[in-house]
Amino acid sequence: MSGLNTAHSVVEPGIWSKRIAGTLVVVYALITMIPLIWIFTTSLKSPPDSISYPPKIVFTPTVEGYCNLFTTRSRQTQEYIESLGAPDNVCDEIARDRSMVVVGPSKYWPRFVNSLVIAFGSTFLAVFLGTLAAYGFSRFKVPLADDLLFFILSTRMMPPIAVAIPIYLMYRELGLSDTELGMILLYTAVNVSLAVWLLKGFIDEIPREYEEAALIDGYTRLQAFFKVVLPQATTGIAATAIFCLIFAWNEYAFAVLLTSGTAQTAPPFIPTIIGEGGMDWPAVGAGTTIFLVPILVFTILLRKHLLRGITFGAVRK
Amino acid sequence: MSTTTPGMAERAAEAAARATPNVISRRVRGLSDRAIAWLFISPTIVLLLAINIFPLIWTIQLSFTNYRANRPNAEVVGVGLRNYERLLTDTDVWLAMQATASFVFWSILLQTVIGFALAYLIDRKFRGHAFWTTVILIPMMLSPAVVGNFWRFLYQPQIGLFNYIVSFFTGVEPNSFEMLGSVNLAPWSIVIVDTWMWTPYVMLICLAGLRSIPDYIYEAAEVDRASPWRQFWSITVPMALPFIMLAVLFRGIENFKMFDMVNLLTGGGPGSITEVASITLKRQAFEAWRTGPSSAFAIILFVAVFGLANIYVKALNRVKQR
Amino acid sequence: MQRLNKIALGVSAAALVSAASMSGAKADELTLCWAAWDPANALVELSKDFEAQSGTKMNFEFVPWPNFADRMLNELNSGGKLCDLLIGDSQWIGGSAENGYYVKLNDFFDKEGISMNDFAPATVYAYSTWPKGTENYWALPAMGDANGWFYRKDWFEDPAIMADYKTKTGADLAPPKTWDELKQIAEFFQGREVNGQTVYGAAIFTERASEGITMGATSAMYPYGFKYENTPGKYDMEGAVNSADSVAGLEMYKAIYNCCTPPGYTDSYMGEGLDAFKSGQVAMMMNWFAFMPGMAKDEKVGPVTGFFVNPGQKVAASTLGGQGISVVANTDNMEGALNYIKWFAQPDVQKKWWSLGGYACHNAVLNDPGFKDSQPFAAQFLEAMGGVQDFWQEPAYAQLLQSMQKRLHDYVVADQGTAQEAMDKLIVDWTEIFEDEGKL
Repeated sequence: MSGLNTAHSVVEPGIWSKRIAGTLVVVYALITMIPLIWIFTTSLKSPPDSISYPPKIVFTPTVEGYCNLFTTRSRQTQEYIESLGAPDNVCDEIARDRSMVVVGPSKYWPRFVNSLVIAFGSTFLAVFLGTLAAYGFSRFKVPLADDLLFFILSTRMMPPIAVAIPIYLMYRELGLSDTELGMILLYTAVNVSLAVWLLKGFIDEIPREYEEAALIDGYTRLQAFFKVVLPQATTGIAATAIFCLIFAWNEYAFAVLLTSGTAQTAPPFIPTIIGEGGMDWPAVGAGTTIFLVPILVFTILLRKHLLRGITFGAVRK
Repeated sequence: MSTTTPGMAERAAEAAARATPNVISRRVRGLSDRAIAWLFISPTIVLLLAINIFPLIWTIQLSFTNYRANRPNAEVVGVGLRNYERLLTDTDVWLAMQATASFVFWSILLQTVIGFALAYLIDRKFRGHAFWTTVILIPMMLSPAVVGNFWRFLYQPQIGLFNYIVSFFTGVEPNSFEMLGSVNLAPWSIVIVDTWMWTPYVMLICLAGLRSIPDYIYEAAEVDRASPWRQFWSITVPMALPFIMLAVLFRGIENFKMFDMVNLLTGGGPGSITEVASITLKRQAFEAWRTGPSSAFAIILFVAVFGLANIYVKALNRVKQR
Repeated sequence: MQRLNKIALGVSAAALVSAASMSGAKADELTLCWAAWDPANALVELSKDFEAQSGTKMNFEFVPWPNFADRMLNELNSGGKLCDLLIGDSQWIGGSAENGYYVKLNDFFDKEGISMNDFAPATVYAYSTWPKGTENYWALPAMGDANGWFYRKDWFEDPAIMADYKTKTGADLAPPKTWDELKQIAEFFQGREVNGQTVYGAAIFTERASEGITMGATSAMYPYGFKYENTPGKYDMEGAVNSADSVAGLEMYKAIYNCCTPPGYTDSYMGEGLDAFKSGQVAMMMNWFAFMPGMAKDEKVGPVTGFFVNPGQKVAASTLGGQGISVVANTDNMEGALNYIKWFAQPDVQKKWWSLGGYACHNAVLNDPGFKDSQPFAAQFLEAMGGVQDFWQEPAYAQLLQSMQKRLHDYVVADQGTAQEAMDKLIVDWTEIFEDEGKL
């Protein structure tokens, strides 16, 4: 029986078919989640617990990982520590138990803020420019439009390292090395080609009749664009924004080659969080968890648009 | 889509009848169409020229020189095709390409099979499928670099979870094998992580494909008494094939460019077993600072991917025509 | 061609530049860049005196070793202004001197009466001069270092273990003096149960990304007689790099890697070694002298840790580490930076540096009669510095190192080919590099 809400095989799949499918998918989802859960639990372990062997499933949770992530500490003698007053906060307390003293904040928070600024800034710019350009390509006859678009998209086929070579030289000349502006421009340029491509697909879907009607009504082309086209394109814009943001937020190659201190984002920083010997895994786990949160929130809020975005990208080609 | 008033629709029809579609020079109040077109398009074009096209041309030019980026004062000499010659005859470069090709092949194979299977199962629309779909999507949202970094932790034989889980299921001693350090297993370690990360992506595309198959085709097949097995192979797979091929194309291009995850997971090791092309390129360009030769390598990679992608897209279009 | 590009860029980017430019001048602040390890923390402590004395605020930028070279060389190459002072690795001197990244310090030394004769000759040669051995100084020797060994004194002195060793090998259990002895001891401990835990023989350097396996393998190869060139300065590597001695040394290193290291020890450097040793996994650990003060002070492991010099074989040799402190030519605070160097060079500051855990190179410290007894590793340090050998310090050092990392890791960890083949291929690589440089 096909009704309005049935699945896309001809008859609604039987109860058992659904149950089996459901079980398999849930099993897969849980297996996939294990590494993530492990990283999250690692962030709550103490450094010795995190490198114990065999790995500890049961352990006493502590915020030491998060403290280590956000502070820098230095080792001091017992006498010096005893000479200090009471610990300021829980992180200080934990540090003193290990014969260390909190010296100041770590570089994680500035890196996280850099990520926010650069990722959201470039996403906004890419979507903004992309929407305008997509509208232009969609509604007006631009010479060599298809070839131009394809060629621009094809530059995304180069490995980022390859692109980074001349950009590195260029930024060195221009003084854009290790600046937030430089990174925003770069990410925008990389994202805008995809943005134009996706958004053109969405805007092509919006019937021209609506604009024509608005123009007849006396709106200018610009007003028609803002009042008629943009609202209809919201889904497409949201989907494009998600893709652009995921790319810019998680990008590593450009960040590690073109930034070092001022504009460094979180992905190049997290793998360098070293404890007293090897890596400080609880701190790395904490950094990873915190870094995942914004993108998770953003994607969950806009999850419906994600599927549409993939669909349009697929159909378009 | 949003509703329009009946009057507006009438007028729209009139306007459509009267006006020709892409009239650039029609003047309306305010900016002319042509001006708007250029205003809207030019910032993007300028940005792309500056950051995509100009550097590409510069790279091509650099590839014919012996420029070293860490010796800005040294004399730069044109060397013609020498960089290309050396690269194409260098065994290490071919080994890197081989490592890359092997990685691309296996990870795409696994992702496609598992991704399509997942999409098919999710399309059964069991209760709660929307929630679980979102959960499955999470690995895709992580930074590949960060993923490579913490999977390194997971793969440690003594302190990492992976060996213990395998040991739990197969009874093999956790210390007896190591994923990252062994010549045979290291390539599989990167395939596993890549599959873990990107299967959701393939699943989404396949899901879009499955959902695009209209019901009536299945109904017709039902009427013809086709078995579910036959339906799957003669309807589902062929109609989803363009989407599957598209997913393979996108993932193929991405995996070919892969740097972050592999660099942090194995660093190209042990030895150079998992040294994919991007890692070789990075070492040549930013550690050895051989800017000229690495520009040549970049161009070679670009041409390779571009050429392969073109061939593939032609095949894809032919599949779509069917 | 390059100039045209530069002009085109400059013209088209004027607006961008003004938007992006940041003021770099700091009133009275200095940023010192180094690697993030124990001695760096000691330097922070030491610099508090400088801050009090001069009123200059000290900022520090410490980068973990695996990323240190990449990050700092990138910084120098891109004309960054992050660092005023840089304690860079000894191998960077060639490149930094020839590219004008470091300030040449001769005039400053003359003016301030700082004499290089006050510093241990080996450290001056290795950390300051370029071209090697000439009187052109690009850094002040800051941190003497060499590759040494840590061992579990408590296990070596345990009567039951000693008796067992004697029975199995006929020799007494003591810190090894040759690589053969080292291998024997490592094999003895490999897989043994000590205090209810399975332990392993030795933790050695196997890291691929930066310099780990090269530093480790050369510790084995130098004592066997490995040389870079037959005649210094001539780049004649055939018969020096791939001599039978070199091959023997490399094979010994691989043998120890195969038989006597902990599981999963395929990409390990300083941090992993420290972790393995501190958690009681290994009987011996190869690591830099720089870590010895921290280890000796550690409450848990300090009392049970002993130190020995890199074993000899045919010659006594240790791999050189260590750094000199340089002034970055791009700095905005030249005066402040030079002030810091002047302060650092004073004998009493150097003495305090040693007491805090830094390896001072000043003769006032090293030649002091009480030096040998000041720390349980001081005597070993002097012995090691008497026979150190360093990697190439050429401007092309990064490329040379990269080749060696690849060939060594391919052979030792990935089982590709033989030691002879690895060394032969290395000569091919290096020859190409030197030809490109115009040195061959």
